[in-house]
Amino acid sequence: MIAPKETLRIGVYICHCGTNIAGVVDVESLAKFAEGLPHVALARHYKYMCADPGQELVKRDIREFNLNRIVVAACSPNLHEATFRRAAEDAGLNRFLVQIANIREQVAWVTDDRELAQRKARAHLAAAIARVANHQPLQRQFVQIAPRALVVGGGIAGIQAALTLAEAGKEVILVEREPSIGGHMAMFDKTFPTLDCAACILTPKMTAVKLHRGIRLLTYSTVESVEGSVGSYHVKIRRRPRFVDESLCVGCMMCIEGCVFTRARIPNAFDQGLGLRKPMWIPFAQAVPPVPLVDPETCLEITRGKCKQGCVTACGERNAIRFDQQETVEEYDVGVIVVATGFRAFDPSVIPYYGYGRHPHVYTSLEVERLLNAGGPTAGKLVLRDGSTPRRVGIIHCVGSRDANYHKYCSRVCCMYSLKLAHLVREKTGAEVYNCYIDMRTPGKGFEEFYQRVQNEGVHFIRGKVADIVPANGNGDAANGALTMTVDDTLLGKIREIDVDLVILSVALEPQADAADVRRAFGISCSSEGFFLEKHPKLAPVNTANDGVFLAGACQGAKDIPDTVAQADAAAGRALALMDAGQIELEPNTAWIDDDVCSGCKTCIELCPYKAITHDLERKIAVIDAALCKGCGTCVAACPSGAAQQHLFNDEQVYAELQGLMSYD
Amino acid sequence: MTDTAPGTSGQCFQPRVVAFLCNWCSYTASDMAGTARIKYSPCVRIIRVMCSGRVDPSFVLKAFALGADGVLIAGCHPGDCHYIEQNYKTIRRHSMLQHFLEPMGIEDRRLCLVWASAAEGQHLAESIDLFVEELRRLGPLNWSGNWEENGARLEALQAIVDEHSEAMEIPR
Repeated sequence: MIAPKETLRIGVYICHCGTNIAGVVDVESLAKFAEGLPHVALARHYKYMCADPGQELVKRDIREFNLNRIVVAACSPNLHEATFRRAAEDAGLNRFLVQIANIREQVAWVTDDRELAQRKARAHLAAAIARVANHQPLQRQFVQIAPRALVVGGGIAGIQAALTLAEAGKEVILVEREPSIGGHMAMFDKTFPTLDCAACILTPKMTAVKLHRGIRLLTYSTVESVEGSVGSYHVKIRRRPRFVDESLCVGCMMCIEGCVFTRARIPNAFDQGLGLRKPMWIPFAQAVPPVPLVDPETCLEITRGKCKQGCVTACGERNAIRFDQQETVEEYDVGVIVVATGFRAFDPSVIPYYGYGRHPHVYTSLEVERLLNAGGPTAGKLVLRDGSTPRRVGIIHCVGSRDANYHKYCSRVCCMYSLKLAHLVREKTGAEVYNCYIDMRTPGKGFEEFYQRVQNEGVHFIRGKVADIVPANGNGDAANGALTMTVDDTLLGKIREIDVDLVILSVALEPQADAADVRRAFGISCSSEGFFLEKHPKLAPVNTANDGVFLAGACQGAKDIPDTVAQADAAAGRALALMDAGQIELEPNTAWIDDDVCSGCKTCIELCPYKAITHDLERKIAVIDAALCKGCGTCVAACPSGAAQQHLFNDEQVYAELQGLMSYD
Repeated sequence: MTDTAPGTSGQCFQPRVVAFLCNWCSYTASDMAGTARIKYSPCVRIIRVMCSGRVDPSFVLKAFALGADGVLIAGCHPGDCHYIEQNYKTIRRHSMLQHFLEPMGIEDRRLCLVWASAAEGQHLAESIDLFVEELRRLGPLNWSGNWEENGARLEALQAIVDEHSEAMEIPR
């Protein structure tokens, strides 16, 4: 449906982008080329089209030369399409009569061959011009945003995001998989570089979550499914049974005392398996909610059906223990989602030469955090498995990070937490500490100063990778499992053997084991290492490709607590902006049916994953519900008669684009 | 088409390639390749579609008819489609097209399907380069020549049409 030739007046604008485009593409000759194409009323080139004078140029030309289509050859439409659409609209032109030719990201930046770049730029420009001739004015589309947020993950990121959202008066559903919120931060003893006690700064926030009327806290729960899109997501949340009624329990913990297991015998995952618990248990003393739970795999009542139920007796008339509790599914409608599912600590047992899992005194950093923590299995004493105090401790940086065999990336926090552990180990045990590092990375407020402080405390720093850890053969006591680290000291230029009683592996941060399932459920992408992908690495760091879904914390990439909290507030801020605006504009690229052409073959109906297409029995044609259509265009591609079309991507537009693309060399 | 043989400037044959990139993964990947200044063959010309599922088989045939030596379709990885599962339909169409292309006189290797996530600029660039290399080995598409030199192709095509006429709703 090409409009009559004489009515089309296309304005073409070619951006130099400084030298980004003009350094590779001859913009002047490109403009001359455009002038010769059908319907082109004028073609200009300008240094920075996105700057105000560039936009003014477009607006002035639209008014002065009565332009009715605009093509801008510049950077990716993902960056400035909205800019030029608005400029066109300001000048009285429908905003959808604008087309962008991507000649920066897809031409100037990806080749050094000027001649071929020029040809490619011509092709992309000709395609955009041919395409825009087929554009039709469209209505802008908006959807409403429900003022309720889902926050997934109750670590410090999720806690912070939930509190910020709730403090702004929004309803928040906070979902946590574990029995308590707190995440990894709750496991730590101190936090670098200030040495704040992690619990002291985290537990007030955990309590605030529990007390806030705007937050519905669902622990021991997972998101089962997510349907819908920005503004109106429908989520199902699966709640595992605790076998303790949260609404009745007052957190006295008498049931744990009363459990028929007289000794704690089951490894506590929160203590990295170093501490023991009973079948009736709570991960740690300050858990929120402070409600114990029953482990169905070890509880005698649940596994064998015969137990004298000391826990029930201890609970007494409160009667909070419910062995008949079932798994339930709760459903919520939310407008926005903050994903804060965190990270997993790298498992170093896959690196054979560090001997983790073989040598009893090789620990991960997370295990040592628990040993140093006053609430941990040793009440804060760093002791060897025989109860003695280590005299010499090795700390190995970059375990699983910066290693082509495991993770290429730097986990960002390990240098600093290794320094913190060095400080704490020296403080608590007086041991000699040897930090073996590749490079020391301390970029942060107060970080370098902390490094200086730890150096002055007498910690030994060895620049080099540890090649091997074996039972000691030197001055260590091999019978007690003392170890020898072989390290290539690159500053001394020689191989050193250092005997130590205990080795701490500073393990990498990596994506959660189920990160792929989680991101698919929320419709977000991941980068090559599996961390969730932000919409733009610099300018949209908490947004995702899914408009209503935001990222906070280490699920997006390894980061420390200050950065996590900042990002969580940023995510909450972006979510609030969306909720307070109350609506969001959608691309009007939905599919529609030409009633006169549709033969009612029903081919399209089965193809739609959103059930947006139905068959009108009376008229015997397909009908598309625009509110349900997400605009993928799959039905359009399948329609044998051409009755299904897609706004902004109809057949004529794509054919014209192809024609333009192939017509000029 | 121009008077000179298409894409024969310079030392080696420069095939003309049309790439349909889905908005969410592969188009973003191409932007990322650009931002990272990753170099790849400039022979490839790009059309953005919202989803690889929008690529009508007729777009592919039209591209060949207009003189493309190769057509590349890129989408989100299976399981990662922004529209839940529409790239699976792309897989089906790709298989169907490959089935048709040989009898029509087009080597099926001239149609390439690539998965590139939004973070895989490097992978997309490498895939494009590999495809362009393949097209260089194949040389320029000589559709009409292939067609005439081998009448058997027409018969093979007719056989497909006969076999599937009902499914394809072709009026007899």
